[in-house]
Amino acid sequence: MKELNLQQTMDMLMEVCRAVIQSKQLLTEVDSNIGDGDHGIGMAGGMEKAKAALAEGAPFADINTLFKTTGMAMINTMGGASGIIFGSMFLGGLKGLEPITVLDGNTFTRMMRGALSAIKARGKAEMGDKTMVDALEPAVLAMEKLPDADWVTLMRAAADAAKTGVENTKMFVAKFGKAQYLGERAIGFQDAGATSVFIIFNAMYEFVRLH
Amino acid sequence: MKKIINDGQNVVAEMLSGYLSAYSRYYERVGNSNAFTYKNRRKHKVSIVIGGGSGHEPLFIGFVGKGLADAAACGNIFASPNPELIMKTAQAVDEGCGVLFLYGCYAGDNMNFDMAEELCALEDIQTAHVRIWDDCASAPKERKETRRGIAGDVYVIKVAAAAADAGYPLDEVVRIAEKARDNINTIGLATSPGSIPGLDKPTFELGADEIEFGMGLHGEPGIERTKMQPAAQLVNRMYDELKKEMLLQAGQQIAVLVNGLGSTTLLELNIVYHELAKHLTADGLDVHDVEINQFCTCQEMGGFSITILKLDEELKRFYDTACYSPYYAREALA
Repeated sequence: MKELNLQQTMDMLMEVCRAVIQSKQLLTEVDSNIGDGDHGIGMAGGMEKAKAALAEGAPFADINTLFKTTGMAMINTMGGASGIIFGSMFLGGLKGLEPITVLDGNTFTRMMRGALSAIKARGKAEMGDKTMVDALEPAVLAMEKLPDADWVTLMRAAADAAKTGVENTKMFVAKFGKAQYLGERAIGFQDAGATSVFIIFNAMYEFVRLH
Repeated sequence: MKKIINDGQNVVAEMLSGYLSAYSRYYERVGNSNAFTYKNRRKHKVSIVIGGGSGHEPLFIGFVGKGLADAAACGNIFASPNPELIMKTAQAVDEGCGVLFLYGCYAGDNMNFDMAEELCALEDIQTAHVRIWDDCASAPKERKETRRGIAGDVYVIKVAAAAADAGYPLDEVVRIAEKARDNINTIGLATSPGSIPGLDKPTFELGADEIEFGMGLHGEPGIERTKMQPAAQLVNRMYDELKKEMLLQAGQQIAVLVNGLGSTTLLELNIVYHELAKHLTADGLDVHDVEINQFCTCQEMGGFSITILKLDEELKRFYDTACYSPYYAREALA
């Protein structure tokens, strides 16, 4: 499968919402180790709102609006830093993108590159800062190595790279959030935001694999 | 934790519902959102919009009113309001003279207000912002733009709002707000944690006989944890930090804010000032004004903070004007 149509893209985003909502407990536990412990509640709340907004907004005219609806719902429900950052994961790649009704892997890769740039510009985080960038950037790089790939190959690579990225966050001290004050004591614990990125890409992989 | 709440999810909306219906003569809600405006605000002037995470009352809700901010956007507990809410709040009070956002310097607030300014630009609302970073225990002086905003917010809001009321244009109100911000420092001390309403977990752990200097409002670690000591020693240590940080010298005119973090009583806070006044007098500082109360809290967190504002003639002019909100009111100072 090389292309997703509008309905398939919507179904994929719904699957992402469901996967994150189901991971609420896991994300809460991961975040409680070194953060405020509210990442699971925040992400699940944002995705509940996104799911509802997608359901209410259907039918959509184009794929751009699907991503915009998801991103804005997250930003406007979650608040705080993670609302903006994860909302930007869906919004950041839309700039300059002509309205599309079919999504191919190359376009999606470009969108995720745009999202990564937007997130890094807004949050000022780089690789190694123990943030979601540590999972998102490797995923984008992995996808960029696979031009014209089919969706299953592409998303498997993205999810694998994100998973490795999550593992790598265990080695880092944190530069942002409450964990930054822990210094070396944050080592050994994975970052909750990076974990969410893996859950998102993995849900996309599971979706395209089963379709 | 015994909290007088219903559902933890609704605490901000229900708090605002109570506040805004009790004080409906002053305030109007923006739609059914967690934001509100001051009804009798002066027209044809720069609008002042404040906001941040809830749970720190009286900040921010108590600093909207006469001679104070024109509106507040309230986030969830300890989480920034979202960009759309901030933009709608600005839109509700924009007079075409520009909107100045004042907020504490935290990653979430910075990002959400930045994005709100982008949304405002799309609506042709002219905006500016001043981030408040008064907590000198939160980062060294060389990185002051990464410091957190705490009780110093009160002074920046007061002074900037007075400048806006005086009819100054946006760039001048920004300059004055920044001048106030750059002449304010705060240091805090925690004796016990606060909590997030609805969660049964304290925001940090501190031994029964321990205190921590410089601890943040959300439990961000401070500069030193020690055994509990008498008020004189606690104040001594805190004043030393402020004096060093602010290079306080004899003859300098200052305003002082002694702020309780939630559960520390007025009896205790006044004893803090009893001790602080001795240092201020000994050092020959010219104390223009002092306020002792709860201004910026973290639920039932124990402890206090001391804020000093260095005044010059211009800042004093705006400091001295009268202001009123249900939680922050004073007469004009001579």
